[in-house]
Amino acid sequence: MISVKNLQKNFEGTEVLKGVNVDINKGDVICVIGPSGSGKSTFLRCLNLLEQPTGGSIIFEGNDLTDKKVDLNKHRQKMGMVFQQFNLFPHMSVLQNMTCAPIMLKGLSKQEAEDKALELLDRVGLKDRADSYPNQLSGGQKQRVAIVRALCMEPDVMLFDEPTSALDPEMVGEVLDVMKELAHEGMTMVVVTHEMGFAREVSNRVLFLDDGVIAEEGSPEEIFANPQCERLQTFLAKVL
Amino acid sequence: MNAWFEQLYSTFIEKERYTMLIDGFKNTAIITLGALLIGVIIGTIIAVAKYFSEDVKALKPIAILCDTYTTVIRGIPVVVLLLIFYFVILTSSEGVLVAILTFGINSGAYMAELIRSGISAVDKGQMEAGRSLGMSKMQTMRKIIFPQAIRYILPAIGNEFIALLKETSVAGYVAVVDLTRAGNLIRNNTYDAFNPLMVVAITYLVLVVLFTQLLGLLERRLAKSDKR
Repeated sequence: MISVKNLQKNFEGTEVLKGVNVDINKGDVICVIGPSGSGKSTFLRCLNLLEQPTGGSIIFEGNDLTDKKVDLNKHRQKMGMVFQQFNLFPHMSVLQNMTCAPIMLKGLSKQEAEDKALELLDRVGLKDRADSYPNQLSGGQKQRVAIVRALCMEPDVMLFDEPTSALDPEMVGEVLDVMKELAHEGMTMVVVTHEMGFAREVSNRVLFLDDGVIAEEGSPEEIFANPQCERLQTFLAKVL
Repeated sequence: MNAWFEQLYSTFIEKERYTMLIDGFKNTAIITLGALLIGVIIGTIIAVAKYFSEDVKALKPIAILCDTYTTVIRGIPVVVLLLIFYFVILTSSEGVLVAILTFGINSGAYMAELIRSGISAVDKGQMEAGRSLGMSKMQTMRKIIFPQAIRYILPAIGNEFIALLKETSVAGYVAVVDLTRAGNLIRNNTYDAFNPLMVVAITYLVLVVLFTQLLGLLERRLAKSDKR
């Protein structure tokens, strides 16, 4: 579904990604782990070109997104993204947050968009908060809204950028539960996370990113039970 | 007391001189509102143009053009600008029209900076969230960034409006009878300086106070989504 080839990214002379190659298939739940500064978030943000890669290519559903002629907005509709800082629209109610893009971009009527949004809200247990504003929600609730806001566009893949890192510890669970459910329904997911439990339990593949390259890649069992490279061993020793 | 009323009568009622004030007030209102409209439009266009051209090399000339505009306009006193427009550029146009245009163009330069600061005060993540949903830069700007920026900008726009209202009092330089000029003409005709100038001053003051109140009301309504 997504094929990343020799992805490189420089920030004013600093090499953050030094050639990342990975194939993401339909139904994959891929967790990206690694020490801070290893380029995890940059890698994820390059996938939907929130960061413009300096080299390499991202082939998404047959189209090279780094090609200038490609209609990026069209393809981004198919790639949902969830941010560490939620990035809900504070001037809109929960329902408006969710229906704004589908109405504008997919030509849904207000009624259709709202029906769909309410159904999704119901699934994450927030139907009664439809008319609330983001400021009135807890962190966990905000992140659940952010997830269903992305789902409203019916994406083919969901990108998660440290979705639980800005949450109070007692709210991490409710967000991970929603993500787990999503994974079980067969959604293709790429998750940058520090939640090793989630990576071990839910993902089918784990990428260990270190110093701008994929230092090790494998099933959660291989990565966590039998790490090969030394840097991964040190990293796991610190976080587990 | 009676003497004062007689004075008022001869200053304002005789020869229906109060109509000059009313006409002057109308002109002041027309110039201020017209200039505000032009200022907001120019300011928005420039602010958005600058936002879009900032990180694209090919659009660099647009950014330079915008910067030049604000630098030139902000560096010239508005009276000088007014005289240049009236006597050099738009020689055959009516004073009120020239005044609206001049104050609008002048105000646009200040508005541009205001609006730009409002746009950059909105969290960067908002643009990213909009883009990640598939909205274009312009769509995100319109639906997500601008409505939030307005709340940051509104108090400053209010101040700009008040400044503009008072600034239009120099419109008399180009043969426009605005509120100030009307008061001054009455002073000239009646040799009564105190009363007409007081009326003019109080009118401006009342307008400014009323507008400040209105602005506060609007701000509270826009802050609706902030309530917890």
